[in-house]
Amino acid sequence: MNWFDNWALTLAVFVPLVGFAAVLVWPKADETGAKVVALLTSVVTFAIGIAIMFEFNYSSSALQFTVNKSWIPVINSRFHLGVDGIALPMLILSMFITILVIVYSWNHFPEPHNPKAFLALILLLEVGMNGTFVAQDLILFFIFFEIVLLPMFFMIGVWGGPNRKYASLKFFLFTLFGSALMLIGFLALYFQFGTFDIVELAAKHGVGLSHTAELLIFGGLALGFAIKVPMFPFHTWLPDAHTEAPTAGSVILAAILLKLGTFGFIRIALPILPNAAKAYAPWIALLAVIGIIYGALCCLAQKDMKRLIAFSSVSHMGFVMLGIATLTVIGINAAIFGMVAHGLITGMLFFLAGSIAERYETRDMSRLGGVLKQAPHLGWILGFCAMASLGLPGLAGFWGEFPSILSAYQPLAGISEATFRTFMVVAAVGTVLAAGYLLWMFQRVAFGEPKDEFANAHIHDVHGPEWIAWVPILALIVAFGVFPSLLFNISNPAVCTSTAGIAKATSAPANDVPKCKEVPVVAEAPTR
Amino acid sequence: MLAAESAKELLDAGPWILRNAWLLYTIPFVSFWIILFFGKRMGSKAAWVGIASVLTTFVLACWSGLSWISVYHHRESAPVIRELWTLYKSAGVTIDFGTHVDGLTVMMLFVVTLISSLVHIYSTEYMKDDRRFTYYYAALSMFTASMLLLVTASSTLVLLIGWELVGLCSFMLIGHWWEEQANSNAALKAFFTTRTGDIGLLVGVIITPFIVLAATGRFSFGIDALNASALSGRPSHLLLLVCASCLMVAIIGKSGQFPLHTWLPDAMAGPTPVSALIHAATMVVAGVYLGARVYGVFWEGFSINAGGVNFMALIGGITIIIGAALAFVQKDIKKVLAYSTISQLGFMVMALGVGAWLGAIFHLFTHAFFKANLFLGAGSISHSGSHHSFDMKKDMGGLRKYMPVTFATFIIGTLALTGFPLLAGFWSKDEIITAAGQGGFSYFMIVGLVGAVMTAVYMGRCVYLTFFGEYRGHGHPHESNRTITIPLIILSVFSVFVGLINAAPLGIEKFKEWIEPESEAFLAFPVREITHVHFSYTNAAIAIGVAFLGYFIAWAWYWKKWGPHGITERNKFAHAGYVFLENKYYLDDLYTGVIVGGIKGPIAKASNWINQNIIDAVPNGIGKGAVVFGNFSYDVIDRDVIDGTVNGLAAGADGSGGLLRKLQTGRVQWYALSLFFAVGLISLAVALYG
Repeated sequence: MNWFDNWALTLAVFVPLVGFAAVLVWPKADETGAKVVALLTSVVTFAIGIAIMFEFNYSSSALQFTVNKSWIPVINSRFHLGVDGIALPMLILSMFITILVIVYSWNHFPEPHNPKAFLALILLLEVGMNGTFVAQDLILFFIFFEIVLLPMFFMIGVWGGPNRKYASLKFFLFTLFGSALMLIGFLALYFQFGTFDIVELAAKHGVGLSHTAELLIFGGLALGFAIKVPMFPFHTWLPDAHTEAPTAGSVILAAILLKLGTFGFIRIALPILPNAAKAYAPWIALLAVIGIIYGALCCLAQKDMKRLIAFSSVSHMGFVMLGIATLTVIGINAAIFGMVAHGLITGMLFFLAGSIAERYETRDMSRLGGVLKQAPHLGWILGFCAMASLGLPGLAGFWGEFPSILSAYQPLAGISEATFRTFMVVAAVGTVLAAGYLLWMFQRVAFGEPKDEFANAHIHDVHGPEWIAWVPILALIVAFGVFPSLLFNISNPAVCTSTAGIAKATSAPANDVPKCKEVPVVAEAPTR
Repeated sequence: MLAAESAKELLDAGPWILRNAWLLYTIPFVSFWIILFFGKRMGSKAAWVGIASVLTTFVLACWSGLSWISVYHHRESAPVIRELWTLYKSAGVTIDFGTHVDGLTVMMLFVVTLISSLVHIYSTEYMKDDRRFTYYYAALSMFTASMLLLVTASSTLVLLIGWELVGLCSFMLIGHWWEEQANSNAALKAFFTTRTGDIGLLVGVIITPFIVLAATGRFSFGIDALNASALSGRPSHLLLLVCASCLMVAIIGKSGQFPLHTWLPDAMAGPTPVSALIHAATMVVAGVYLGARVYGVFWEGFSINAGGVNFMALIGGITIIIGAALAFVQKDIKKVLAYSTISQLGFMVMALGVGAWLGAIFHLFTHAFFKANLFLGAGSISHSGSHHSFDMKKDMGGLRKYMPVTFATFIIGTLALTGFPLLAGFWSKDEIITAAGQGGFSYFMIVGLVGAVMTAVYMGRCVYLTFFGEYRGHGHPHESNRTITIPLIILSVFSVFVGLINAAPLGIEKFKEWIEPESEAFLAFPVREITHVHFSYTNAAIAIGVAFLGYFIAWAWYWKKWGPHGITERNKFAHAGYVFLENKYYLDDLYTGVIVGGIKGPIAKASNWINQNIIDAVPNGIGKGAVVFGNFSYDVIDRDVIDGTVNGLAAGADGSGGLLRKLQTGRVQWYALSLFFAVGLISLAVALYG
């Protein structure tokens, strides 16, 4: 399998690009053909992902399937790809959600229809997403991070709701603004260390930078990532983008795109600048818990179902960021679990909101009601996802929330425990508000009798493509809920090694450095 | 020899069924999925899947109980702990999922499976022709599984999982008839209120491994380790106090303690058998079970051995009185029973607070039988006597003539509840009151006695309104059929005899012998003197006197109409008191109106307003500024130099959609395609040949 080791990640990133090209040149008249090509592409990509999972060494914390070739020698930027336990779950999730989105869209493309362009954009998105998760070079990372932007911009701008122009532009400009600061941070790192290689930079832990420089660079990176997450107060693009985006766009946005931000923190910001991360940790955590409470309160004020779910993302991503800010093994493991769980659950909620809006032609919760009566399967799946989203133990959401709150009890040595324990209690209060907005949503949408205007409407229950797209997600929500170690065991070795590096770099007492089974693997010397 | 040794090892590890307690919750859990997927096709037969599964579980529970008694009868009763799978493992932190079986567990297994079985059978008649019959049975199976998971939990974290799952089932079953807003409101209220208490559980459970860490240097959620650590004297008192206080908040939420008891009466919106199972016998005692399960934390955290007043005893004591007082002003028979449950749960929590571990658990045990008996009796009345009404004043009265079996079993349940000598409630309540007195908690002993009088009086009122006088309803009252009466008879037999299991003056103390933990954790207990009450004939006489005083007052007031009837209309103060009670101390107005209404209304709206008008003003302002600046640059500075992108963006922000128009003509699409395709090809080429 040596051949596969060398090529797997390149294929995982560029097969969707080939599919994208194929869909674009496909004759416009043959819509089914274009759909089949898109589906096949995503399935082949996923198959590569499955093969990677089979070949992956789960006890190692090292990067695997690495490719490290010279790329732009002038600035010493290299084509360096690699996957470890932190990236693998996100990579697979991205491939998985892409298939389901294509299946879901099969028979109902939003206006102005044009499935060819729509599917092409989804595949282009996949290139960017997969690439971001495996890139090990800052320039490469940046390019993939930016590739994602355009297709989503067009998806919202063309297939979106009435206010799509404003929403798409806001999404684009917000993210671009963050990216600019991020790029400046990357360049500053380059000028200091002479490399864009993430592995090399992480091994240096920012040694040699003045404290001020470190804080400034981290600030730039953090702002770029925080906008993507999105963290309070940089979140306002999200509800607008979600409200206007077509269902498929919303699902990808919630399930994958938001994770690019949190992933950036874990992959780049923390290991490369650990001392700055430690200095910023209480502030990041503060914004995270404000986001938890504030997002939940905004949810309570929404009338539009989709906008409510969008605000719930702000709240849920707050738990992820809280876990990251503790700089502990359990906190970052919880964050990765939370990213996957939120991707599945909130992605599913957006599917449901889309399906309900399609049937009733409204998302206004004051007009909805009695979905359980007219479409019982749809109603119960909504109830199930609401329960998963509010963190019911036994379902996936719980294992993102609980360990994250647990980790806040004892952050990395040297970070104020009192502050984080206060945050812990505030985050715990957030779980009650989550129950509030989700169950009120469920009550308004699903319980009761249908409103008069829909009393005689013929409402289809869940149909074929919906079942195919949803059952895998629902099954995974249960599987990860019952056996969380399925996911924790993947992320843990890499998280442990990375966190041990952070702890050592911030000169934590030896007792507080996590003891990982494996000796940290020294970065391979790149072949020049 | 070898065989004997391995047999001994096996015995040390515990009997087979105790090591495989996971079977108990797996069976009803499987039944849940079967009914969920195939229920519609099976129709009314789906009930039998549920019944078969729960009866099997009952047999296993009996087997567990017998195994526990036979093997651990005369020796140190260490719990049988088995970890099944790992939830999380990293850098010295291991979180396992497993079972923990000891006397307390097998007792709970017996209670839960027995009452669940009877409720399953009873419901085939009670819920016949219900619009969601199979769904109902699926939820019952799910509840049974979750409750069994809760009581067999090996760690506080697993306990939390079971705790949340029973809350979910309670939500589903309270809202069973969700077409009506009142029912779904009640379901939501129950979920939110218990979830508010769960903030305490979440934080408390998070603290538990740090208690173990402080004592042993090992990070573990294990319950056994927790009790031992809490009693070891090594963790700081503050840590234990915080943990105990947090867990106490969880108990307040789940076990209907003041001031979070308000959800329980509303929960009566669910089907009556559900009220009997979940909101009387099992789920609501989960809080008490938690208190007993990790008693070491409460013992040390609240310094219970120091006597005096502590948070736990105080809350329990208040709840006894405020619950009982509200039972007097109810018209709905189920609400009388609900407030009675609140009051009795107060007895259990107070018992834990005054160090009467055994008394609390014993009362939990006896209460399950007679309260389930009473609830199912109320169900029988509404099913066959009052035409699906629970209003005692409007639709009942004189039913003793029409429903003799229901009447007899209801009277037995009432007598057991009110502490009639030798019946179940007498022994357990006496144990608590005596323990409070002997432990130096004299005030709480008086509270217990007052509570006992009140219990007898409000139950007298309830029996009078329901079964005596003239029939006031409009139906055709008749006795329920045997599917309903047989469970009632079984439960009343238990209500009569079950207390004798720990009847000290008769020389029987089996309950204590079997249930009380004697593991290393509890051996360290310095509680012996308090938890083990010395049976006192004086105390017993006082308890009996109190019960009969209550009977007398009820008889005099309701049957004989002695005393100042109508005083609540004549006297200003009595009237004010009555109104205060009728409005449930205005707690519901405070919670629903002020707190929830405030958060949902002004606070949420304000957050949203800030979002739209303040936080969003920044990017919108920048955007508009850019447009102005762009136009200015374009018009004034240099038309040719300004980049087309800025122009496009500015135009887009302006709403004229220049960029999008270009998109529709296909030009931008083409740019994008060429750009990214080029980047992709170059990257690929570099990767291949670089």
